[in-house]
Amino acid sequence: MSLTTGPAAPHAAVDKSPGPGHTPAPRGRRSLSRHNLTGWLFSTPFLVLFGLFMLFPIVATLLMSFTDFGARHVTRPLDAEFVGLDNYTRLFQDDTFLKALFNTAYFVVVGVPATIVLGLLAAILLNNGIDRARTFFRIGFYAPVVTTIVAVAIVWRFVLDPSDGLVASLATELGVNAPDFLGSETWAMPSLIAMAVWRNLGTVMVLCIAGLQAIPTEVREAARLDGAGAWQELRRVTVPLLRPTLLYATVITSIGYLNVFEEPFVMTQGGPSDSTLTVSLDMYREGFNFFHMGYASAMAYVLFVVIMGITLLQLRLLKDNTR
Amino acid sequence: MTAETAVKAPRPHRAGRARKPLLYAVASLGLLVMAAPFLWMALSAFKTRKDLTASPPVWIPSHWTLDNFTALLDQLDMPRYFLNSLIVAVLVTVSNLVFCSMLGYALAKLDFTGRSKVFGLVLAALMVPGNLMILPLYVLMNGMGLIDSYAGLVLPFAAGAFGVFLMRQFMLQVPDELLEAARLDGAGEWYIFWRIVMPLVKPALATLTIFTFLGSWNNFIWPLIATNDPDKYTLPVALATFANDPNRTVAGGNGMLMAGSLLVVLPVLFVFAVLQRHFTQGVATAGLK
Repeated sequence: MSLTTGPAAPHAAVDKSPGPGHTPAPRGRRSLSRHNLTGWLFSTPFLVLFGLFMLFPIVATLLMSFTDFGARHVTRPLDAEFVGLDNYTRLFQDDTFLKALFNTAYFVVVGVPATIVLGLLAAILLNNGIDRARTFFRIGFYAPVVTTIVAVAIVWRFVLDPSDGLVASLATELGVNAPDFLGSETWAMPSLIAMAVWRNLGTVMVLCIAGLQAIPTEVREAARLDGAGAWQELRRVTVPLLRPTLLYATVITSIGYLNVFEEPFVMTQGGPSDSTLTVSLDMYREGFNFFHMGYASAMAYVLFVVIMGITLLQLRLLKDNTR
Repeated sequence: MTAETAVKAPRPHRAGRARKPLLYAVASLGLLVMAAPFLWMALSAFKTRKDLTASPPVWIPSHWTLDNFTALLDQLDMPRYFLNSLIVAVLVTVSNLVFCSMLGYALAKLDFTGRSKVFGLVLAALMVPGNLMILPLYVLMNGMGLIDSYAGLVLPFAAGAFGVFLMRQFMLQVPDELLEAARLDGAGEWYIFWRIVMPLVKPALATLTIFTFLGSWNNFIWPLIATNDPDKYTLPVALATFANDPNRTVAGGNGMLMAGSLLVVLPVLFVFAVLQRHFTQGVATAGLK
């Protein structure tokens, strides 16, 4: 059989163009119709599941956010009454929600840079700094990422325990008085952030290692020959060349942190005095503890709009920088 | 370039010979910080009540005991939760492998009207946070009578956009000539997909399997909402419920919680240690393509 048949060539040209958002070059009508039915048959199972369990709920959340959807509507959804923008106007007068919004912003503003910087440093250390036992070190740094967050959060609760926890006792050894991390309004949030950074820096590290390995060794060599020190090499060579990777890592870390739920749910239940209440936790409470589902839906959409805005902003930066 | 090739490639270091031991010290210290909570958990699971509450804390149990495990298995139906997590994760993984590969194949290799629109939909779905859907999803599942059922736990995750994206990226690399040749020989499209393309993208299937399985195993918020009956709890839900139960006897409970956390985390860490190459490749691939 011949592997170089004529009709294959245009396929190859179209399909090898990489990257998202490319549009296929105009094709002959004959081959289009040849694959039309098959294409849709192969797409159908995914699209049905996707439509039912993703598209429909996304639209339904929006609709619910304009209603007084409550516990009694769970069995009779169509009885919910339209209340216009009431839920949204109420949200921005709700001190608890505003606090949750602030807490979530705090988590992102402190947590994301810390995760990115430490992840990048770990990547540089484990890719360029040391040669032996690299895989071993990488496994160690990446392991927290794959572990069940609920289990890990429970462990951290005890690591941070003021009386017999690990951190408190280390502090005592050093002659410092450790605060009651999770019981203090000042320290609870930083503690959750510390755990999130510990857990997520491995993802950034792996992405950065992949990025670092794509940088030709000659570039570094040249910088060194020109007398660049470690700091200058980092600032003028590594970071600029890793920019797309770092921005991508920033996008996914930001999305993750904006949705933060398990850490406060397991470690503090939002306390003390709502100091670790995040938007997702507030939404869960309003929706599933109090069954204010219309109100919770509005919350979900506010969070969604924030996430969308930040993601698009970052993707825009990403695009500008790769050009 | 993969992680493996770089591990062996020696790099010239002109400036840094003397700094080497320092860098190793920093890396080791970092590793210690990363591992400390795990070590603490693993050791505490074997501690007696006295060791657990000792101040200053003891790292190594003065007396090793399995009491925490027996008490845990006594109070919590761990095998049941383990089985629930396993059933859900297996079903979610299998359905993702099949459905995401099918759409991935269509997007990579079949030219049909609307293809770019479908792909656009998949990309957009990658950006939508999961929490946006849970409120109506709960109402929907409740209406379908699927709360406290495996179907209710599986269906919302049965086909994810990430899987489609991953499979499409890998299937783009399958040469079209091969598919054309099979078509000329009279092979049907399903045969080509199942017998020719799928075996060629095994590494991608392995990556997708790991990510989907672990994603399901570690998933929390949906199982928390979709189960009321403890018989249908997954491991994380059972563990969190137990951890937040005020009636849990404090000191004995701590040891049991460490034992429980260990039982949940250990299989995951083991699988990861064995398959770590696929993880790092998967993360890197999804990030850079």
